[in-house]
Amino acid sequence: MSIRTPLAIARNHGAAKDGVHHWWMQRLTALALVPLVLWFVISIISMAGASYERFTGWVSNPLVAALLIALLVATFYHAAIGLQVIYEDYISNHLRRRVIDVVTKFILTLLGLVSIIAVIGLAVGV
Amino acid sequence: MAELALPKNSRVTQGVSHPVPQGAKNPRQFQIYRWNPDTGENPRIDTYNIDLDKCGPMVLDALIHIKSDVDSTLTFRRSCREGICGSCAMNIDGTNTLACIHAISDIEGPVKIYPLPHMPVVKDLVPDLNHVYAQYQSIKPWLEVESAAPSRERLQSPEDREKLDGLYECILCFCCSTSCPSYWWNGDRFLGPAILLQAYRWLADSRDEHMGERLDALEDPFRLYRCHTIMNCTKTCPKGLNPAKAIAEIKKLMIERR
Repeated sequence: MSIRTPLAIARNHGAAKDGVHHWWMQRLTALALVPLVLWFVISIISMAGASYERFTGWVSNPLVAALLIALLVATFYHAAIGLQVIYEDYISNHLRRRVIDVVTKFILTLLGLVSIIAVIGLAVGV
Repeated sequence: MAELALPKNSRVTQGVSHPVPQGAKNPRQFQIYRWNPDTGENPRIDTYNIDLDKCGPMVLDALIHIKSDVDSTLTFRRSCREGICGSCAMNIDGTNTLACIHAISDIEGPVKIYPLPHMPVVKDLVPDLNHVYAQYQSIKPWLEVESAAPSRERLQSPEDREKLDGLYECILCFCCSTSCPSYWWNGDRFLGPAILLQAYRWLADSRDEHMGERLDALEDPFRLYRCHTIMNCTKTCPKGLNPAKAIAEIKKLMIERR
């Protein structure tokens, strides 16, 4: 039991005036991922057993490289903000929640950057 | 770390069993959650075998019969006995509902009755509603206007009045909020379906002049956006309302004003 009034507890820090962007981006990235993932999976299946040269040739097409990077950006961004929501739901300790969220974002950013650089490398033939 | 079991003092034990009364023609078993803050004992499930011929058809009738004739220590809230006050909201047969409008004949097997889930318990079936009431107060559930008060009623077209249908009927029984997993985990900050439906009731009111301030006060990752459209609220509402839709409407307003 707290000696603060119930209203003080309910009002707490007030509204963060934030959350719409996060919610909207989660939906936009989900929307974008539907065609991107379909395209990616179909493309990979159609190249099953193809030579390395054929694959790198496919990636060096600017449109393919751009779509691959779009897929990677949408995937890692969607994962980062989605995991944040899951942490907020299920981790009640505020410090632990924050630390895990920050670590997750660092790791996902790094993975995303590595993947994008790999695509660019393939596309320009480095 | 993750808590997979209830704390020791919350584990529910087997309680007293009241036998079938002599000569009962229509016996039925009720298993009811009991907890007394004064004894320091764990909560327990008491079993009451009663004669349905001795009481009315609804679960509340049976509870009143038990309190009057079997065990006067059983504690629960009730008032109107016709589904308009919201006092007797409790978890019956696994679903949050109003005891007064839930027929015993609709339940198979023993009738299991618990308080509203995940709320602090005051005693037996009485939950502590201070926090939800404070959350209700925090959304300013009254008309907010800047214009000078008119000399007569504040006018509203029949079309605008219709927009409040499905919202004004809410009786604040909190069956929905206490059925919502997001409210269970983050009820300290998430407003929950009952309060958000009320918030939308004032956003949708054509006479109100504070839509912007109301949206400002709701724009928060926890207050509004903990709703993940689980829809338990709509499924459980004993008045047949749709809090999930009201929350979706608030989210639409948030996008519209960007």
